[in-house]
Amino acid sequence: MSTDLTKAQQTGGNSVGEAEIAPDSPGQPVVIGERRGMFGATKGQDTTGYGGLRVPIEFPGASARPYGGWFDACIDALEAGLEARGTAYAEAVPMVVVDRGELTIHVAREHLLVVARTLRDDAPLRFEMCMGVSGVHYPELAGAELHAVYHFLSVTNGSKRIRVEVSCPDADPHIPSIVETYPANTWHERETWDMFGIIFDGHPALTRILMPDDWPGHPQRKDYPLGGVPVEYKGATVPPADERRAFN
Amino acid sequence: MAADTTRSADHGAAYATSGADEDVDATTMHVSGGDWDDLVDEATALHEERIVVNMGPQHPSTHGVLRLILELDGETVTETRAGIGYLHTGIEKNMEFRTWVQGVTFCTRMDYLTPMFQETAYCLAIEKLLGVTDDIPQRASDIRVLMMELTRVSSHLVCIGTGGMEMGATTVMTVGFRERERIFRIIEEITGLRMNNAYIRPGGVAQDVEQKAIDLIREMVPEIRRGIRELELLVNEAPIVKGRMVDVGILDLTGCMALGITGPVLRSAGLPHDLRKATPYCGYETYDFEVITRDTCDAYGRLRIRLDEMYQSLRIIEQATDRIEASMGQPVMVADKKIAWPAQLKVGSDGMGNSKEHIKEIMGDSMEALIHHFKLVTEGFRVPPGQVYVAVESAKGELGCHLVSDGGTRPYRAHFRDPSFNNLQATSLMCEGGQVADVIVAVASIDPVMGGVDR
Repeated sequence: MSTDLTKAQQTGGNSVGEAEIAPDSPGQPVVIGERRGMFGATKGQDTTGYGGLRVPIEFPGASARPYGGWFDACIDALEAGLEARGTAYAEAVPMVVVDRGELTIHVAREHLLVVARTLRDDAPLRFEMCMGVSGVHYPELAGAELHAVYHFLSVTNGSKRIRVEVSCPDADPHIPSIVETYPANTWHERETWDMFGIIFDGHPALTRILMPDDWPGHPQRKDYPLGGVPVEYKGATVPPADERRAFN
Repeated sequence: MAADTTRSADHGAAYATSGADEDVDATTMHVSGGDWDDLVDEATALHEERIVVNMGPQHPSTHGVLRLILELDGETVTETRAGIGYLHTGIEKNMEFRTWVQGVTFCTRMDYLTPMFQETAYCLAIEKLLGVTDDIPQRASDIRVLMMELTRVSSHLVCIGTGGMEMGATTVMTVGFRERERIFRIIEEITGLRMNNAYIRPGGVAQDVEQKAIDLIREMVPEIRRGIRELELLVNEAPIVKGRMVDVGILDLTGCMALGITGPVLRSAGLPHDLRKATPYCGYETYDFEVITRDTCDAYGRLRIRLDEMYQSLRIIEQATDRIEASMGQPVMVADKKIAWPAQLKVGSDGMGNSKEHIKEIMGDSMEALIHHFKLVTEGFRVPPGQVYVAVESAKGELGCHLVSDGGTRPYRAHFRDPSFNNLQATSLMCEGGQVADVIVAVASIDPVMGGVDR
């Protein structure tokens, strides 16, 4: 498995032409939830016994230095840039994950603005384009249920990419808006608010963008049902997709 | 109204958005029925030149259901807002309830003019999550390149064709669609479908390219090239086209960078940024082609870029066709039987389906093969937990696919960064200060497709 991953990292689309990236050096994996049962045997009459299975879902954990390739230089530059702006690196960046040849920088939400500015303005970083924000909802991750995932591209430094991940609790779904630094994010943040209910503080006009203005709820959250009606076909009834048997 | 109040009370402040009719102090006039003269009298009494016009969502020249809210001072546009969401179909949410392979059928329907790009981005992302990027057969990658470039040409043809039609040049449209039909003939020959192909699958492609299709490509490419030349002769120096497009829809490099604009719009500002060269995938680094740029920053420059890009795509198509012909008989699906789609599809007398040999094997010879087929088709394969972001250069710009897996048989989250969605943000910057007629040209030069914008 580790050789497979190394191979994948070296050829990963975003690190082409770069020096070799070190194999994973993962710390403790992050448990984002629990997988229950197997073959869909979670509800109803479970005669298999598989319904009792409990398996933690483990995401790649924090990586240790060296991260490999240009990642170390990138993190060094970020560290220097943050210190120069009077922000403690360790406080702003609680975790760095290198997985599948991609660099993920987890950022504390109160420091997102200064991180964004550093990423854009510092010459060794110069991530001049933000490719938008995508939300992810982890209902079982207490205190960090909602994640906003940003992807940055540096055309100047050879089309390098990094990912910045910010989390906020469901009870207080606020993340500062980076529209001031990256105007491209205007619509992307509106979409993430619309779909996940993350409130981007400081956004010039945070209104719904895809759903109607008066729509209740945020459709892409995991607790929001998919909906649908059963379909009758040749005498049999096909249930809607979220009520069909699922292979969990 | 009563229903509205209860609904907002139920859901608290987090969901509260202001209603459409609240806090409007300005005089509102609704043009619906009644006497036009009364309305004109009323407007004259107000002594105001400023009017707000809703262009769309059902306007023939707004590319599908795009709604533009224009604030006009006479003929001058003072403010533009784009309203989207009329074609939101919840594709991303739906993909969370289908297996990884079934997801291809959904994402192909996002931007319906560039189905192959969504499929490729999605499949490359799955392959990266699985760690099998290196195991994809060369022939499969070549076929992907061929299909993507065919799609790029057909997308550009529609862009130029409908863009011409919106300016009143119907011939541009008929030429564009005529050439697109040729591409559809090739794509139909290879995949069995004209659009929404679901042809590129995790691990490779759904079925092999046969000699018949290669012959058809060789027959069609010169004709398509001739058609593009005809388009060029028709529009390049046409005084009306130049009058409508030169110096219209200006967006310089600074604006492009700030707004995350990619694709032909970015290249019209002079930056040779093309992911096929910058971060090659599917073996693009082995193909011989050029990145086209211009420095005019306007709609005319984008038109010319698209025309020139089609020639470059045809060059790639010819190279890919040679390679596919040379590698005839090699696999088009990853060797790992736990990922590869079990069936080999063939076109029979009753349409496309599993090949006779495959049916014979699973029904007659090997029960294990039948179980394997059944498991892989109904349950699907598992993907190790983690997240990836893969971007490809679609006809419209950077198409990114952010996939999160929780180790299950379905995506935990699938997000597509559609280039049209992002680029459409530039509408106001391109249109404000111009004339109403320029809005049409500017929007057409972005080439938005609402299926991709709203997903």
